[in-house]
Amino acid sequence: MISLSRVLAVFMKELVQMRRDRPTFAIMILVPIMQLTLFGFAIDTDPRNLPTAVELRDDGPLTRSLLASMRQSGYFKIVAQVSTDEEGESLLRSGAVSFLIVIPENFEKEFVRGERPQLLIAADASDPVAAAGPVAAVNEIARRAFAPELERLPKTLRGGAPPFEAVIHRQYNPAGETSMNIVPGLLGIILTMTLIMVTSIALTREVERGTIEALLSTPVRAGEIMIGKTTPYILIGVVQTAIVLVAARLVFSVPFMGDPAPFLLALLLFIFTNLMLGYLISTLARTQMQAMQMTFFIFLPSILLSGFMFPFAAMPKWAQAIGEALPITHFLRVVREVMLKGAGFAEIRDDVWPIGIILTVLAFAALARFRRTLD
Amino acid sequence: MKNGLVIDVSGLTKKFGGRTVVNNFDLAVPRGAIYGFLGPNGSGKTTTIRMVCGLLKPDDGAGKVLGFDVRTEASAIKERVGYMTQRFSLYEDLSIRENLEFIARLYSLDHLRDRVEASLKSLGLTDRAKQLAGKLSGGWKQRLALAACMIHEPELLLLDEPTAGVDPKARRDFWDAIRDYSAEGVTTLVSTHYMDEAVQCDRIAFIAYGEKLIDAPTADIPDLVGLSAWRIEAGDLDAATKRLKTAGGYDVLARFGAAIHLAGRDGAALKRALDTLEGLDRLSATPIAAGLEEAFIYLMAGAADNFAADNFAAGDLKTGNFTPGDPANAAQARGVT
Ligand SMILES: Nc1ncnc2c1ncn2[C@@H]1O[C@H](COP(=O)(O)OP(=O)(O)OP(=O)(O)O)[C@@H](O)[C@H]1O
Ligand SMILES: [Mg+2]
Repeated sequence: MISLSRVLAVFMKELVQMRRDRPTFAIMILVPIMQLTLFGFAIDTDPRNLPTAVELRDDGPLTRSLLASMRQSGYFKIVAQVSTDEEGESLLRSGAVSFLIVIPENFEKEFVRGERPQLLIAADASDPVAAAGPVAAVNEIARRAFAPELERLPKTLRGGAPPFEAVIHRQYNPAGETSMNIVPGLLGIILTMTLIMVTSIALTREVERGTIEALLSTPVRAGEIMIGKTTPYILIGVVQTAIVLVAARLVFSVPFMGDPAPFLLALLLFIFTNLMLGYLISTLARTQMQAMQMTFFIFLPSILLSGFMFPFAAMPKWAQAIGEALPITHFLRVVREVMLKGAGFAEIRDDVWPIGIILTVLAFAALARFRRTLD
Repeated sequence: MKNGLVIDVSGLTKKFGGRTVVNNFDLAVPRGAIYGFLGPNGSGKTTTIRMVCGLLKPDDGAGKVLGFDVRTEASAIKERVGYMTQRFSLYEDLSIRENLEFIARLYSLDHLRDRVEASLKSLGLTDRAKQLAGKLSGGWKQRLALAACMIHEPELLLLDEPTAGVDPKARRDFWDAIRDYSAEGVTTLVSTHYMDEAVQCDRIAFIAYGEKLIDAPTADIPDLVGLSAWRIEAGDLDAATKRLKTAGGYDVLARFGAAIHLAGRDGAALKRALDTLEGLDRLSATPIAAGLEEAFIYLMAGAADNFAADNFAAGDLKTGNFTPGDPANAAQARGVT
């Protein structure tokens, strides 16, 4: 049915046109950088030396080694030592410290016995991005601090689960985990905005320039035009993602915990879905102006109802229903799971297939809408 | 293809927003013919050509092009037809070569590079192949578009004002090429506003307000229109024109260089108008055979007055209609096959 050589012909033509259209090309690359910079002003970009209070109900070589390790990590700056929970809580609430670390009674003893004692960490998560890096690092810091001690433990206790349990409380922002998406969420927003926009004029531009008449007078088929016109921009989406991820890591210290493979799968699917959504718009719009308006019509719910702006669970049912129909909602969940929680294929499956379904529906709708005549 | 007709459509009708733009249009074009398509601006030529190549769905009517149904087999038709659009519709931001390669790929042509090179060479554009199409002059754009629509060696050429803005030498080359193709059996339907091109066609269909008024061998058209014509020379042509205009009674008054051609369907009225010129310096009036040009100026003038008003015996002219079953026309069809 579909001729690969004709798809390739359209693909290469689009690639050449994209290369020659310098302003559009530049915008596609600059938008992620611009957005990140804008959001950067609102985000504490240097989560170093965060004021920290410690409450020591136990003391010993392990505890001292942990505190030293925390100081060395550069994340924490121990500014106060408290003796009661109330004292610590009030420091945290007043904003005098961002973290409160509690070493419970008998921590050393239980540790050596292999009873996995708890290490309590309360974080002020009202600035979730600032808190994200240190919180993610806490486990690793503790593991490293206890490493020499671990050597002396019986073999049975080594390996497997760490011989302690870090219990992290994010306070003052119960939805802290959702808001942690500001930077990862920005990835979804940037991809949605630029990719829909760029393909939404794929056909309207041909109509406005009159080139559609020559194109349609050849044997090229609807599906061939559709694939040939959308796929070149996958490359753009991947480049944008790379920019955001690098910035997330270097500038905002947002970790990437998960496996890149499932992330890449979801990413490609999401990029292609956005391109298809734009392409569907271009089969509906008569002018480039209309196409832009329709793009913004999609853009608004993508920001408001996807869980980017407001916690998804807190939205009314009808808003959730709309949100579920948006590809970005599912993508944000995937990004959150993979980047921050280190999820694999199994955990994100339930958000990957909805994107696949949305993509399929969009592609068929675009094919149905496409007219091979000038009527 | 039955009865050797490359285009065989009847009753084609197209409406845009309730306005009938092409009405009940029949066309029968035999293989190898060069068929001229004439008519005033906005008469429906482009619309008809688009229906023939499957770019517009007719609201009514049916027929076959190259043996394929115009309504249901547009894909098969598109593969075998070369359509040159009236307005330049190649990509201005692609180079000449990139445009040709793109079109050639869409037709899945083999020996792509060779074909494109050959096409560039015949255009005389090999040196400028890297130039963006948008930077070409108007005439060169036309020539590029023409080359693009012929690159897949179509059996039928649908050319919508292909030589608009093209210089005389290039136009002559173009028509030589069309006649060569015709000898090889390629059929051409070409719309034009140029009389020197119209006379090169085997047959002409004349359309006005979406209605076909004439469809006849080119040589028969002046007789069909039935004009008497005079060539008038005088020392002061402006004065002569002024007197003729006051007198009236003619259908066509046109300056041809240093002479006036006066033509009309009513010979007696024409004579009366001529009489008013009496006494002009160096006056000479000689009867001539009305040519295609006078015939079409007359037809266009009638079209401007709106044929629907019926100030014009359209019915008489339709006797020239080409009908496939007509023995007289069949002979003509064989002649060009
Ligand atoms: N897509 C369209 N929508 C609405 N009206 C149209 C459309 N295309 C053509 N028309 C109208 O149909 C009529 C015939 O147009 P068409 O282009 O077929 O004329 P034409 O004979 O090719 O004229 P020209 O000699 O100027 O090229 C015109 O009145 C035009 O305004
Ligand atoms: Mg036209």
